[in-house]
Amino acid sequence: MEQKIKLDFENSLKNSSFSDQEIRSKRNSLSNFLKIGYPNRKLENWKFSDISQIIKRSIGEVSYYNDYTTKNEIDETILIKDLEHNKIIIVNGKVIKFDFDYEDKDKIEITNVDQENVFHDKNNSLINLNNSFADKTYKIIIKKNYSLKKPLIIYQTTNKKVSNTNINFQLYFEIHENSSLRIVDMVDNKSEKNFVNIFYNFNLEKNAILKNYKLDTKISSNIKYVFDNITLSENSISEIFILSSGSNFSKNEIKCDLEGKYSSAFINGIHSLNNEEHHEIRTHINHLVENTKSYQLIKSVIDDSSKSVYQGKIYVDSTAQKADGYQLSKAILLNENTEFNAKPELEIYADDVKCSHGSTSGNLDEGSIFYLMSRGLDYKTARELIINGFLLDVVEKITDEQIKKLVKNIIGLDQ
Amino acid sequence: MRDKQIADLKDYKYGFSTDIENIKAPKGLNEDVIKFISNIKKEPDWLLKWRLKAFERLKVLKEPDWQKPKYPKIDYQNLYYYSAPKSFKDKPKNLDDLDPKLLETYNKLGIPLQEQKRLNGIAVDAVFDSVSVATTFKDTLTKKGIIFCSISEAIQKHPDLVKKYLGSVIPITDHYFATLNSAVFTDGSFVYIPPNVKCPMELSTYFRINASDTGQFERTLIIADKGSYVSYLEGCTAPMRDENQLHAANVELVALDDAEIKYSTVQNWYPGDKDGKGGIYNFVTKRGLCKGNNSKISWTQVETGSAITWKYPSCILKGDNSIGEFYSIAITNNHQKADTGTKMIHLGKNTKSKIISKGISAGKSDMTYRGLVDVSKNALNSTNYTQCDSLLMGNECGAHTVPYIKNKNSSSNIAHEATTSKISEDQLYYCQQRGLNQEEAVGLIVNGFCKEVLQQLPMEFAVEAQKLVGISLEGSVG
Repeated sequence: MEQKIKLDFENSLKNSSFSDQEIRSKRNSLSNFLKIGYPNRKLENWKFSDISQIIKRSIGEVSYYNDYTTKNEIDETILIKDLEHNKIIIVNGKVIKFDFDYEDKDKIEITNVDQENVFHDKNNSLINLNNSFADKTYKIIIKKNYSLKKPLIIYQTTNKKVSNTNINFQLYFEIHENSSLRIVDMVDNKSEKNFVNIFYNFNLEKNAILKNYKLDTKISSNIKYVFDNITLSENSISEIFILSSGSNFSKNEIKCDLEGKYSSAFINGIHSLNNEEHHEIRTHINHLVENTKSYQLIKSVIDDSSKSVYQGKIYVDSTAQKADGYQLSKAILLNENTEFNAKPELEIYADDVKCSHGSTSGNLDEGSIFYLMSRGLDYKTARELIINGFLLDVVEKITDEQIKKLVKNIIGLDQ
Repeated sequence: MRDKQIADLKDYKYGFSTDIENIKAPKGLNEDVIKFISNIKKEPDWLLKWRLKAFERLKVLKEPDWQKPKYPKIDYQNLYYYSAPKSFKDKPKNLDDLDPKLLETYNKLGIPLQEQKRLNGIAVDAVFDSVSVATTFKDTLTKKGIIFCSISEAIQKHPDLVKKYLGSVIPITDHYFATLNSAVFTDGSFVYIPPNVKCPMELSTYFRINASDTGQFERTLIIADKGSYVSYLEGCTAPMRDENQLHAANVELVALDDAEIKYSTVQNWYPGDKDGKGGIYNFVTKRGLCKGNNSKISWTQVETGSAITWKYPSCILKGDNSIGEFYSIAITNNHQKADTGTKMIHLGKNTKSKIISKGISAGKSDMTYRGLVDVSKNALNSTNYTQCDSLLMGNECGAHTVPYIKNKNSSSNIAHEATTSKISEDQLYYCQQRGLNQEEAVGLIVNGFCKEVLQQLPMEFAVEAQKLVGISLEGSVG
């Protein structure tokens, strides 16, 4: 594997426009990746989802070469029609279109991030992999006192030109003081058996607001890993919503550093799984200063031979008094072959805090079904109603009405 | 100078040490030492082989390092693995034959054997260092057919039972410390309750660590045969010492059909001084197997002592309809560290488990609840309820919760909740307004916080434990 990956790396560089320093940095990331390789279950973080085995099983040999010079057409059919929006379109890991037509051009700036200055985490081998193979890294800056008029939809697409390939891309966002940004991630894979590795970096300045809705609903045999690194300054808010049901395997990892007082982070997630899918959400919330707040609600409905995992960690530093942290994970197991694993973790070093977590998992409440059936519904409808109600709870947490409507449309909960 | 000594003693109420010459195996961990232990205890051949097999396995095992409290590396070659009070050589026939000094130690500890025999009706199997010194109340138990003796005695007198069950819950292939224990265990208790017998009294053992540098490696084996019941108490105090002492005991419980075992622990070993110097390392493996249908195992623990407490009393719910319970209070103060919790492994149908854990950390201490609830595919209709609450006093301590929940069964229900908070100012104010000083008020509130667990303790322990809760937190507020 090592030989092949090095060869693919050199081939990828041939057509690139990176400077020597950048290449050096990329080479460094590659050697860090090779040192650890793909994470396996021996690592605490990957205990419930052994990605090295999963890749071996469902992809086999992975190709790392990705020709970013290939011309790719935009598949117009996947674009959302009935919602005016800004676009970033990514095909096979390359950004092919930025479209901020609805916005004030002076308020949005798109630049490149020097490869030396990208986010590095020596111990996260997938980030190292991303850093070594990703194309140019773009940074989108929302300048002071500006709220985007329309939401930004990022189309994360792949087409049939790639298969058994590792696709990497990364985007950086900077939201300056008093500004706000709404992002919807639409995952659309036409390709098969690829490993898609995504990294987002968000930097929120004072009073900034980020809303990120991640929608992965289209069935695909791809394996997906997403890492969000969010840094929050004073009084800023980040709201993450995850709807995870399409990819064969998916792991969403979210790290929030609450660095400014009165900052808050919300993470709401849905796992709606069937067909032997295996999805995981892992969160790592760091309360680092006084008066910070975090809230997490994850609900899973698991069918067939699927597996859902939630690992949540709330860390409260000894200086972060008056922190408020909450985690709740609930799962309904519909089939005897399903599996739900949870590790809701608290690590607390300050005494004046309010932290709690809850986790439940079990089967569908037959009592409720009986109640509905006694009111004239058939079994199937009653069951659907209960499951929808269970999930709707999370959808209702979406604070943006437009997007809430969009999400309800997608999952067929439109009233 | 003298004042200082008195002050030091005051810190740890039970901090004294008895001068009795000890027989010691040479320092170090090797086959010869294991043979020496086996030989001096006149063990049968199979047990020596078993020990050596464990030792072979130990050579390839690595010490675990995933725990939260870190400790300096233990030099296993620099420990004594066997030491016995000299007077053991000619074993006393009754209490009067005992070394008066030994008796004195027990009296200081508040376990007057004779008195206890008369007043409390508790049979006491007191372990002084590693060898059972006296076992009382045998008569009553013998009449019922109950076997309650040291494990060395059981090896001599009931080899079939020991051979059948020893290592059946904690195999020699287990983790590092359990395997170490299997190789070098010296003594401990053995209990066998015959079918359909309800043990008429609480069985109790007081462990006491003595002799510098002696790791204690007890092995306790409790077997409750079909339809029987037993309640077992374990309590500990240890002398003041500067070097860290390792304690790696193994406790195995086996409950057959319809049997119930209740195991209660109050642990108050020397926690080290205010600066975190000294103290016991309490790395104990406790595991119960609900082997039969409708069996029940219940663990209750009050952990206030030790520099590091690292243990997870577990239940393997193998029999259908079996029940596992875990009630725990862990208090850490000063520089103490605890990483404790439980494992509930659901294998049988309709199995139930309940976990109530209360953690209190004060001073510069660090406390972790770590637990596993694992519902296997075949454990249909099983349920688990877990509640773990932590209380923090001051912002120099830590409280952590690390639960692992694995549900592989759609007919099972698992619920887990945890909270972390501090003592509310309102409650403190209310108590103080009614004339309690701050320390008393904290003691009262903490006792209330722990009530659910304290209630589970047998009467004899509940009183002691309540006092202990108060004492452990002295000086942590104000």
